[in-house]
Amino acid sequence: MGEAIVVTSGKGGVGKTTTSANIGTALALQGKKVCLVDGDIGLRNLDVMMGLENRIIYDLVDVVEGECRLQQALIKDKRFEHLFLLPAKQTKDKSAINTEQMESLIKELKQDFDYVIIDCPAGIEQGFKNAVAGADKAIVITIPEPTAVRDADRVIGLLEKEKTGSPKLIINRIRYGMMKQGDMLEVDDVIQQLGIEILGIVPDDEKVIKASKDGEPIAMNHESKAGLAYRNIARRILGDHVPLLSLEEKEGGFFKRVKKLFGIR
Amino acid sequence: MTTTKNIVTIKGTKDGLVFIMDETCSLEELFIQLKDKIEHSHQQILSGPLIPITIKLGHRYLTSEEEKELREIIKLKSNLVVKSIDSLVITKEQALLDKLMSTVRVETRTIRSGQELRHMGDLLLLGDINPGGCIYSTGSIFVLGALRGMAHAGCEGNEEAIIAASLLRPTQLRIAHVISRPPDEWIDGSNDMEFAYLENGQMSIDKLNQIHKLRANYWSKIDYT
Repeated sequence: MGEAIVVTSGKGGVGKTTTSANIGTALALQGKKVCLVDGDIGLRNLDVMMGLENRIIYDLVDVVEGECRLQQALIKDKRFEHLFLLPAKQTKDKSAINTEQMESLIKELKQDFDYVIIDCPAGIEQGFKNAVAGADKAIVITIPEPTAVRDADRVIGLLEKEKTGSPKLIINRIRYGMMKQGDMLEVDDVIQQLGIEILGIVPDDEKVIKASKDGEPIAMNHESKAGLAYRNIARRILGDHVPLLSLEEKEGGFFKRVKKLFGIR
Repeated sequence: MTTTKNIVTIKGTKDGLVFIMDETCSLEELFIQLKDKIEHSHQQILSGPLIPITIKLGHRYLTSEEEKELREIIKLKSNLVVKSIDSLVITKEQALLDKLMSTVRVETRTIRSGQELRHMGDLLLLGDINPGGCIYSTGSIFVLGALRGMAHAGCEGNEEAIIAASLLRPTQLRIAHVISRPPDEWIDGSNDMEFAYLENGQMSIDKLNQIHKLRANYWSKIDYT
């Protein structure tokens, strides 16, 4: 019996889909059997991010409505043997399914997979409720901006009443330069305010944008810092004790660069 | 003879007159005799300058309607002023309210954005109030944690109420009917434990170790016996 993890944020555009795709990919890299579920019915993106859009025949709503079997709707990833995607329907909206249907669907998926990663839509309405319904655990994504932190806080409050319990936090799109200058919220301040366990921090990386254009998750890129951050997150999900490497490394890197500057002088 | 039975006993003290009411007779009988005593039999005591009156009801509970009727009777003599009406009986609702008002409720949780906590009486929160979270109390609010959201103390009009927090960084503070926006009105980077209070209808902030000077009698008023 696998584990279902919902990836949510409240606010839109902070990187839920990117994170879902990359956590799924990174877990698959570790040899786990993973299913990515796109919970964003009507505004599906996860298939595009994974570069699997052209393979969609059936989708999540078709499965729930009995139009097809679950196995028919699952799309096998082109890179990994054990990575699958259950796409959302583009022609319906969030009200197309209810929480009970979602719950039983996720339960069925957990039989076959080690990890079921559910990509939650923005907002706290029906789509959110559906996405959370079947999940055992939750991950909240935020970026170091007050609006995103506020929405993350709201979502954490809602999740604490669900069976997922207190979620874990990922802070995305961190810009070290700005943070050092005090132009961006500090990672520590965000963690302190939200008061939940931190699962990882992901630096802002232009390569992520290119990766989404190419449909190649950044977690597969071994030169990208964001890719390393996602692989570390996957290891933490698997229970490895990986220190918040990226932060410490970046700080080291920053100081090294400063030292280098002085050295040149 | 029922008429000889003394239902209403009037005693003089240095603080005025005390009316001691029999608690076993019917209310109707009581009102008849009270009216009789006030209008006829005790003219010599009950006239002259203003006299404060204390009414002791014993184990009798008066509804607000009945209390109004009692006051109407006393009012027949214009020089009688009802100072207090004491009854040994209170309603369960009043008892519960009194209990809440005299004890500090302890809550342990984080009040997150979109959540709110309401309480009658004083409230001690062991945890944070995040921006977008609200906490309301008819009494005072004490936060062992960071207050980053909105807190409203004395929300039914108690201007003596205070708001104290380990870290006072609220988005908004309210005490009774006064609303203040800290970032605009006062910025204080102090990491000391502080509290907000009303002074001449203005929100003021001070360190918690000053509270004994500013609200010396607020808590001693509560009878903890």
